[in-house]
Amino acid sequence: MTDSAIPKPVSQSRAVWQQFRSHRGAMAGLVILGLLLAFVLVGPLIWRVDPAYINPDAAAMIKARNKPPSWASPLGTDQLGRDMLARMMAGGKVSMAVGMVAMAISILLGTFVGVLAGYFRRLDGPLMRLTDLFLALPLLPLLLVMVMLFRDTLAGILGPELGTFLLIVFAIGVTSWMQSARIVRGEVLALKEREFVLAARSIGTPPSRMILRHILPNVMSPIMVAATLGIASAIITESALSFLGLGFPPDFPTWGRLLFDGVDYLTQYPERVIWPGLAISLTVLSVNYIGDGLRDALDPRIRGR
Amino acid sequence: MLDASPARPLVQVRDLRKYFPIHSGLLRRHTGDVKAVDGISFDILQGETLGLVGESGCGKSTVGRTLLRLYEVTSGSVVIDGTDIATLPPEALRQIRPKMQMVFQDPQASLNPRMTLARIIGEPLDEHTTLSRAEKLDRVYELMDQVGLNRVFANRFPHEFSGGQRQRIGIARALALNPRFIVCDEPIAALDVSIQAQVVNLLEDLQDRLGLTYLFISHDLSMVRHIADRVAVMYLGQIAELSPRDALYADPLHPYAKALLSAVCEPDPTREASRQRIILKGDVPSPANPPKGCNFCTRCPQVQPVCREVEPALVEVTPGRHVACHFVTPQSGTAGPTGGTEAKEHSQQGEPR
Repeated sequence: MTDSAIPKPVSQSRAVWQQFRSHRGAMAGLVILGLLLAFVLVGPLIWRVDPAYINPDAAAMIKARNKPPSWASPLGTDQLGRDMLARMMAGGKVSMAVGMVAMAISILLGTFVGVLAGYFRRLDGPLMRLTDLFLALPLLPLLLVMVMLFRDTLAGILGPELGTFLLIVFAIGVTSWMQSARIVRGEVLALKEREFVLAARSIGTPPSRMILRHILPNVMSPIMVAATLGIASAIITESALSFLGLGFPPDFPTWGRLLFDGVDYLTQYPERVIWPGLAISLTVLSVNYIGDGLRDALDPRIRGR
Repeated sequence: MLDASPARPLVQVRDLRKYFPIHSGLLRRHTGDVKAVDGISFDILQGETLGLVGESGCGKSTVGRTLLRLYEVTSGSVVIDGTDIATLPPEALRQIRPKMQMVFQDPQASLNPRMTLARIIGEPLDEHTTLSRAEKLDRVYELMDQVGLNRVFANRFPHEFSGGQRQRIGIARALALNPRFIVCDEPIAALDVSIQAQVVNLLEDLQDRLGLTYLFISHDLSMVRHIADRVAVMYLGQIAELSPRDALYADPLHPYAKALLSAVCEPDPTREASRQRIILKGDVPSPANPPKGCNFCTRCPQVQPVCREVEPALVEVTPGRHVACHFVTPQSGTAGPTGGTEAKEHSQQGEPR
């Protein structure tokens, strides 16, 4: 038997990508998310209209209000005569960034707390009580207080946009990690009793590598699901905050903001609610499908088929 | 057997106890213990196979796991190759882990479903050696050859294998660091009969080639008869009888060992017809609340008042044979003729109590 006949171990990432490509929903999600990203990132370079521009001439402004779609403004204009397409692009950039970063913070925190609580018995009690404490807090008032207290200081240091962005992302992140922490803890508790963990202990694998090598890869599926759902709720929470006047400033467009602004004109101009709503739904849906495909691709038992 | 030089004990277990605490009530107060292993002592000689048998829940697996300190020891000592691992600090314990390994019961559950075979077998090498990638792969291939796995499988995942193949993977992983002592925790219980023979033959073959020492935990008495040199019979966390294999199977001394071995089927139909089964009455007492006196007194067919009061010690009744029963004493001399033949070989065993 010659060594040359034996295929070298194929790289894992290649196998994952091949499985991912065979998942139709995930590929569709990837394409749609790519298009949305191109829309909010590349779009403003092509459609060079200032989303905050209000015609200073009052008469012209009133004439330009609530226009239906036309060549000059493909999605029409809002109640102040601002171009909806430009606002959708600018708003999308902020909403998607808030969604992804807040989700990343909440998942990282949740996984960290969940793994520690599940793996180390001594930390379980204190960490889970902390989680219960956060769950018991009324979140919206807490968010309001956080934003009230820190917005101006942060805005002073980092500038109004970046300061508000970081504050909101952080606030959403630290108030939404509890569910994923609980899910992860439960999974880790079950995994810890499996024999392969015992086998690794008999080999002498230290706890840090035990977690990275044996525990984390096996709790990926629930984390992935929690993450994809987290993006949606982060976008919605951000719009709720903006609506209450405590998120971004009122003239600063986000998808959530556009949605709330459009609600007042729902009967006359339903498209103003439909466009941002559609964008949020598409983002959430595509991320969901990508997560689904990734979960399948990362699981060798499914990949084999 | 292996080398004929005077066998010295590789593993010495003295008065080992493992209690699992019971917490109950609103305040989760410590209200009692499950005495899974309650003061057992034995030696395993270099290169031999000690069989450990007993019914479900008698503490066999706990002994195996406590021996490798996968469970913290409640009290007692486990000396493996001169080091007492029961009290070793974590880092020193990690250093000594390569000497002792374990093969698990359920080959499905003991392999991480997300790792390839090469990574599973290579994990001990990652932890304890500084080999380069290519050297590790060579060693993995060598191990796969040793346990009879095709090298082409190196890149596959555990779910793609049959039960017997998975158990071979588990054995290859246990062998990776050239251990001297392997605890086989019911390695064949989850396999069907034809595969059981393959795996047991593989274990014997590896023992001959590599000079391994086994603690073979099983409830399959015939398989233990096949593979073990000496056999310990456990009942409710304690050793009832520890004897050389042939002596035990020919003439069990402890009443529980008699009852247990009477359950072994006989392949010869005429002898099978005359086989007398001793059927025990009642259930095993709870290990959280073992009976006073002899643990077996609630079910023993020969029970006397003294059994309910005084706990019998495990004593050497004939050379090499240890029994924990008030009515099997050196004077009574009920041991069969085979008992004496192994006497010289295991004379170290009889240490004063």
